[in-house]
Amino acid sequence: MPFSVSLARLSLALAAAVVLAGPVAAQDAAAPLALPAAEDEGPLRIEITGGQVEAMPIAIAPFFDEGGAAEMAARIQQVVTADLTGTDLFREIPASAHVARPSGFDDPVAYPDWRAINAEALILGSVAVRDGQVTARFRLFDVFSGQPLGDGMQFDAPEAGWRRVAHKLADQVYARITGEGPYFDSRVTFVSETGPKDARLKRIGIMDYDGANPLWVTDDSALVVSPRFSPDGSQLLYTSFGNGMPQVMLMDVATVQSRPLKQEAGTMSFAPRFSPDSRWIVYSREKGGNTDIWQMDVATGAERPLTETAAIETSPSYSPDGRQIVFESDQSGTQQIYVMPADGSAEPARISFGEGSYGTPAWSPTGDLIAFTKRNGDKFHIGVMRPDGTEEKLLTESFLDEGPTWAPNGRVVMFTRQTPGGDGTPRLHSVDVTGRNMRPLSIEGAASDPDWGPLLP
Amino acid sequence: MTGLRIAVAALVLAGLGACTQAPPPAVVTDPYAGSRYTGTLPGGSLPGVTAEDFRRTAGDTVLFPENDAALDGTARATLVRQAEWLKRNGSFSSVVEGHSDEQGTREYNLALGARRASAVQEYLISQGVEAGRIRTSSFGKERPIEVCSDPACQAQNRRAVTVVAPGAGV
Repeated sequence: MPFSVSLARLSLALAAAVVLAGPVAAQDAAAPLALPAAEDEGPLRIEITGGQVEAMPIAIAPFFDEGGAAEMAARIQQVVTADLTGTDLFREIPASAHVARPSGFDDPVAYPDWRAINAEALILGSVAVRDGQVTARFRLFDVFSGQPLGDGMQFDAPEAGWRRVAHKLADQVYARITGEGPYFDSRVTFVSETGPKDARLKRIGIMDYDGANPLWVTDDSALVVSPRFSPDGSQLLYTSFGNGMPQVMLMDVATVQSRPLKQEAGTMSFAPRFSPDSRWIVYSREKGGNTDIWQMDVATGAERPLTETAAIETSPSYSPDGRQIVFESDQSGTQQIYVMPADGSAEPARISFGEGSYGTPAWSPTGDLIAFTKRNGDKFHIGVMRPDGTEEKLLTESFLDEGPTWAPNGRVVMFTRQTPGGDGTPRLHSVDVTGRNMRPLSIEGAASDPDWGPLLP
Repeated sequence: MTGLRIAVAALVLAGLGACTQAPPPAVVTDPYAGSRYTGTLPGGSLPGVTAEDFRRTAGDTVLFPENDAALDGTARATLVRQAEWLKRNGSFSSVVEGHSDEQGTREYNLALGARRASAVQEYLISQGVEAGRIRTSSFGKERPIEVCSDPACQAQNRRAVTVVAPGAGV
């Protein structure tokens, strides 16, 4: 049971916010924040969607060891730092530059010492390990206003789940300062690729969002492509060539048991996705050379077509409210993006009208954007547009970028980038919805077809 | 039931007759006794009808334009030869595998490969091959035959390959 490293049960306890020594008088409202503050002189805030942003300098005081955690405290701090600086929204001020040396987690904060090194935010943390359980506490401070930013919090988890503790902690910092939803404590399913380009071996993996802790849930005996999480992350849909034809499979992640979805002989099925309420699976079904989008009732197995054209319809994706489906069709002669009611009750409306062709639409979990792959000339792009097709924006450009998937907060997109040539290799990359912070994921070997799962509980 | 009873009865009788003597061993005759290798037939083995013969004489691959499943003159000529071969060799069935180049998204290319395989299947049927002898599948861009990314390589990968095998197929 490769997945028996079951997700650490993480209890999220609100630590009694200890009163800090004398509330420091609110600083001059026009505190010299290097970042564009939110409207008014509000609290410490990075506006992610606000175009060019300079990384916010933050100080993370060395996490305190509160028993048995000398090494663990450092490890957790390292992951917290990597999460935050990995967004390129935060810049860490190294400990060597710190003036203040707090002696305990509950010490009063020496704000002037942190201001002196131009830290805008300060994180204090403490870690204890007892009986195989790790307990981490943290507080976040707005250095210039001299105020805590939100309550202190405590996280508990089995020791093996220490990375999740770090992600949860970093998620709190990220969410409080950006005002966006958290996403570090999440997982990605993907395809790991080995072997030469003309005889590739593929297997499905699940890893932390940052590439750590990869687990393999299929072996490479059958060609597999495009795994997708169920909304709660407990199941995977994927397409296997195990019987010679592409066929949609459904896997229970906890037991790693798969079963094929019902499939008529001589037809292919692929491109599956769950509806947000997990009641339906939409997928592509090919028969006699023609590919349409079908919908299956998960409970009964009853199926029906949602499109019935002579064109190729594929890559369906639900809106987060479950009411609409975005998909691609080449009925106009080239691949373009269309939106239809989720029950297929009205004609699809085309929403992509730019130059080139568009495919693999993915509706953002926050509902405001649709990410897509665009091909224009000999270049591929990952881009986003509003669900009505307006405000198209290209985030990337390369020889071959494809298949965007959304972070749970709808602000980061992960996709596959393949380099050209005989040794051309696919790798996973991520980019902000603003086009900033393009970066490869640090995982070993070639990988493709990422699907970003939900924020873990 | 009757036979069994008789056999048991016979055994009992034999036991009574010979007291402790075991029944005699059955005589085994070697069916191959006396047979021997007498040399190779003149002219070698039977003329083999093989998948290799299909590839060599008819050609198993047809190529397609970019993003298209249209059959050009060269492709149709190959398919005419494939159809003749299949009609001559009625004990063979076939699977047409559709493929695409790498310039496209994975899922669309699966559908495009299926469209190409289906175009070949229809053409073979139009040339008189029974529909039940031709199945189709698609590998999209998963199994390129040429790995370079130049236009010449991509062109070789936009293909449908007819794979023949003895038997009715499934």
